[in-house]
Amino acid sequence: MKFGIVINEGPYTHQASDSALQFVKSALAKGHEIFRIFFYHDGVNNGTSLGVPPQDDRNLPNEWSELAEKNGLDLVVCVAAAQRRGMLDEDEMKRHGKDSNNLVKGFRISGLGQLIEAGIQSDRLVTFGD
Amino acid sequence: MSALHIVNKSPFERNSLASCLRLAAKGSAVLLFEDGVIGAMKNTKHSDAVANAMSDVSFYVLGPDIKARGLNDGNVIDGIKVIDYDGFVDLTTEHKSVQSWL
Repeated sequence: MKFGIVINEGPYTHQASDSALQFVKSALAKGHEIFRIFFYHDGVNNGTSLGVPPQDDRNLPNEWSELAEKNGLDLVVCVAAAQRRGMLDEDEMKRHGKDSNNLVKGFRISGLGQLIEAGIQSDRLVTFGD
Repeated sequence: MSALHIVNKSPFERNSLASCLRLAAKGSAVLLFEDGVIGAMKNTKHSDAVANAMSDVSFYVLGPDIKARGLNDGNVIDGIKVIDYDGFVDLTTEHKSVQSWL
């Protein structure tokens, strides 16, 4: 079955990102397809490359990045939510004249159309949030 | 096929479980996870509401989230099924839609 996942909460807030990660790992292990994971609202902070959690804690942005690389997942960050929160890739950095960018490898910035498409293309859309 | 409702907050913190139970159609399922597992515990002031809803709705609770909070499967209200993440994924496939009560 094809799944779309929406994450509306940042990492280390409550549990949304952790729950989604466990859900996605389990779905993949069962042979399901993850069509897309859409990071919306504070969820865009899951894509930051600048977080430095303690060594004995999980690094959620890296876990998403590694899972995506291993399984060819499409991790999409909402552009409007990202701009408000200072999440930029190289193109957005140049476009807005900023001096750095901070999107972890494996994430990409795009718009709400990607969420709509995930809703249409997926058999199930599961939202994790606050 | 019916809907799967997922509730992630304690009934002592939010009214999302009450809203869910008020609107969930007969034959649908409710999964309690994250802090929502508190709603699956026996002998709280919310236990009766859950037990009463069981005639129309089937209840599930995520075991790993019970353990993460130092709670015990043995205190889960009779009739609520304890599942793991694999069971969570299966529930989403067995129901035609998933409604998050955020």
